[in-house]
Amino acid sequence: MILALLIVILFAGGLVAWLVEFVNPKLPRVVALGALLGSALLMLGVLGFTPSTPTGTSGDWLIYLKADWLPRFNIYFQVGLDGLSLLMVLLTVFLGIMAVGAAWSEIKDRAGFFYFNLLWTLAGVVGVFIALDLFLFFFFWEVMLIPMYLIIAIWGHENKNYAAMKFFIFTQLSGLLMLIAILAMAFNHFLQFGNFSFDYFELQNVELGASMAMLLMLGFFIGFGTKLPTVPFHSWLPDAHSQAPTAGSVILAGILLKTGAYGLIRFTVPLFPQAAEQFAPIAMTLAAVSILYCAKVAFAQTDLKRLIAYTSVSHMGFVTLGVFAWNEQAVQGAVMTMLAHGLSAAALFMLAGGLQHRIHTREMSDMGGFWARVPRMSIVAMFFSIAALGMPGLGNFVGEFLALLGAFQVNIELTVVAAFGLIFASVYSLWVLQKVFQGEYRTEHIEEASLVDLSRQEMIFYLAMMAGLVWMGMYPQTFLDLSAMTLGSIL
Amino acid sequence: MDSTIALNDLIPLLPILAVTGVTVLVMLLIAVRRSHAVSCAVTVGGLIVALLATVVVLPFAGQQITPLLVVDNFSLFFTAVVLVASSFIAVFSYPYLAALSDDVDEFYLLLLIASLGALIMVSSNHFISAFLGLETLSISLYAMIAYPIHSNNAAKFPLEASVKYLVLSAVSSAFILFGIALLYAQTGTLQFSDLINFNGNPGTGENYFVVALVVLLAGVGFKLSLVPFHMWTPDVYEGAPLPATTFLATVGKAAMMVLLLRLIVASNALSFAPVVSVISVIAVLSILAGNVLALVQENLKRILAYSSIAHMGYLLIALIALSNASTPLGVEAVSFYLIAYVLMSLGAFGIATAVSSSESEQDSVADYQGLFWRAPWLGFLLTAMLLSLAGIPLTVGFIGKFYLVMAGVEGALWGLLMVLVVGSGISIYYYLRIVYRMLLQPQQNATQRTAGVVSMGSYVVLAILLVAVLLLGIYPAFLMSLLQTVAVSV
Repeated sequence: MILALLIVILFAGGLVAWLVEFVNPKLPRVVALGALLGSALLMLGVLGFTPSTPTGTSGDWLIYLKADWLPRFNIYFQVGLDGLSLLMVLLTVFLGIMAVGAAWSEIKDRAGFFYFNLLWTLAGVVGVFIALDLFLFFFFWEVMLIPMYLIIAIWGHENKNYAAMKFFIFTQLSGLLMLIAILAMAFNHFLQFGNFSFDYFELQNVELGASMAMLLMLGFFIGFGTKLPTVPFHSWLPDAHSQAPTAGSVILAGILLKTGAYGLIRFTVPLFPQAAEQFAPIAMTLAAVSILYCAKVAFAQTDLKRLIAYTSVSHMGFVTLGVFAWNEQAVQGAVMTMLAHGLSAAALFMLAGGLQHRIHTREMSDMGGFWARVPRMSIVAMFFSIAALGMPGLGNFVGEFLALLGAFQVNIELTVVAAFGLIFASVYSLWVLQKVFQGEYRTEHIEEASLVDLSRQEMIFYLAMMAGLVWMGMYPQTFLDLSAMTLGSIL
Repeated sequence: MDSTIALNDLIPLLPILAVTGVTVLVMLLIAVRRSHAVSCAVTVGGLIVALLATVVVLPFAGQQITPLLVVDNFSLFFTAVVLVASSFIAVFSYPYLAALSDDVDEFYLLLLIASLGALIMVSSNHFISAFLGLETLSISLYAMIAYPIHSNNAAKFPLEASVKYLVLSAVSSAFILFGIALLYAQTGTLQFSDLINFNGNPGTGENYFVVALVVLLAGVGFKLSLVPFHMWTPDVYEGAPLPATTFLATVGKAAMMVLLLRLIVASNALSFAPVVSVISVIAVLSILAGNVLALVQENLKRILAYSSIAHMGYLLIALIALSNASTPLGVEAVSFYLIAYVLMSLGAFGIATAVSSSESEQDSVADYQGLFWRAPWLGFLLTAMLLSLAGIPLTVGFIGKFYLVMAGVEGALWGLLMVLVVGSGISIYYYLRIVYRMLLQPQQNATQRTAGVVSMGSYVVLAILLVAVLLLGIYPAFLMSLLQTVAVSV
């Protein structure tokens, strides 16, 4: 019931946030924060649960719930929480709180409706992370799209319509391909066992011909690869990121991208092990191309948010690489990268958004030498840039190192090529730092008075994320133990 | 079978008799004294009484009343759908017609007669009654479409729309009659269920039967506005007054689809491969052409017209699935999607009606700019309806589309399903374009109203529709199990 409650809190919180706007426009953000804190407490409480293996499942589950939903098609409200899901849900709730923080003073226009969309997006994401019925999974997968579309389309920047529409059509079309693959799985279950089934565990028993399995695996891969995103399905992401409001970027980069990675780990490979193994060289090549190509493209950007967006694609390449290497180290690396990148990318987008909010531009050519003016912000930016480039001692290093280490055992050439991504990451990260915060102090294109340093309240949010990254870098065992619980049974 | 009617046989026909009685009553009331409010109230009340009668006669389901009409769970179910939709449209009509500078009461009369035709259509399993019902519906619609013709400043072209519909509808009726005649020449019967036993007379053969069915399908295609018989649809939708458009788009289409479904199931028409091919081609063309043409429209009614073409194409997929699926899944899928389609269309057109009046229809997409902020409630409603039409989760449109896809999967119609996916992908663009328009800032200069004559009735009905669309999108299990019991009686 805890999981149903979690979803209900987020959906209901969204509705309440919308309605209380008519009472007082300052209330919605408080309601949103309250709903998220409540969810966080609920999830922290779960940490103490002992895992078990309910009948009809495999692996260890902290919580498992299966209730009737659409009996006509043998579809259940089937949700479960294991180590991996718990990590992802915690990340979601944590970054949700950060997003509320980012929106706290930025979103003044129609705040109620904004927090409604924010919470409903998060509800969809949480649903994705816990669903074990593939129809329910797809249901949540789609639920998160419309609120995200609205966030970009209403509160976005100058080219928001184009960006929002592109985001929606890319994800929707790839989602429909995935739906066809899900239905084909259910149909094959029907052919072999005489009834339709969308149950994750039952579908693992379906025997597929090699070519059929490859086709269906590709359906899933395109669905998740678009969301991740991986080259060549990535072109929606820079537009969506650069146009979204800060909180929207935080959610997109920090959480939504991770649903794609989660899908690869939870569904694509376990449901189609042989096909995934055959496809692995291609997927890992795509990953290496993503890492290098998007790092190169990031370097060519002048728009700060677009740049960070491309670096996201580049870092997500390590996740694809790790997942398709499919050994314990590699997948652990992928999971750690998801968590660490969630924090570092979210923080970088908050910084870029904070800058834009202050000086109304994202063009790096208009910036320079800000360290003198905003030292706290500069230090924070330096910390997260260095985290993103993979400095040992911070979370991103652990993730990318493990992913490379695992991938090395499978495919040496591609791993060597992909490792160059670490060098490129250093280049663009330091280049941005230098361009924006160091060098000559330039104010001709900005209103100097509006360039103020981080407030105490903003610092709290950044410090929380810093603490997370340091924890992941210094004592990753906490997180590795949790994900090992899942990986032990699916690897 | 005995073709005389005993008194007992009348009981299952109570819904139809109730509507007939109310029609006469409204006519008499108009003769005594004209009152818009009374006409509307009696119409709505009568339709509700007929709805109650439908519930009352449930225990009598499963009877053939004369060779012409059948009263079974399936027909009663769609009788209820038609009655509910008609009563909603009557409620929407009241504020819309209030400003019309002409007598308005007869519109309700026409609405009732058209509903009667639809009731006959959903209860018939005989070509004579089917055709009579169809013509009753169509002829009333000609008048409903042309209704504001004497109005001083009706902006639209009701006469053009009406004549267009009249001519094409007559042509399609001629096609249907020709098809019926060919079938009759072949089999010597007009009963749907007798066609199933046909084994081919010497000298005529199977092809003859196929030609008859295809000609019949062409006529039906006109009525359902399937490509390539769709040309009239956008013009008629745009030119007709909104309540008439709503009726045409919901009750008109649903009744015809129910009739087609019953005909196809009863006659086993899909056992002929050419018939399946023809329907498949029509489905593909309808989905693609409907969605692509909707992309370039600037008028809400035209967009909904083209989208209805696409939706009818989606429905055909489940119909085709009947050919090689063993279970009644196809029938359930068609029924569920029809309900979904009727609900969403009623909602979308209902909002357009609520912000319009007969003297000035707000049907350009630009008229809806900023609706979300001018009238949050209506904006949210229209958003929900459009997202439902696009098939987004949490709405009935998603579950409906899933139902269709499951039927297609069971029939292994992978090619058609790919077309459905492509069509849905395209459709998102034009639905979201309207949503986006509603989210923009309201235009400054425009003298836009948020609503016509404010009518609580319309708002209540819209709220009911919203609840239905969301509830059936989140927990549709009860409707699904109901349909399972209904579908077996076809």
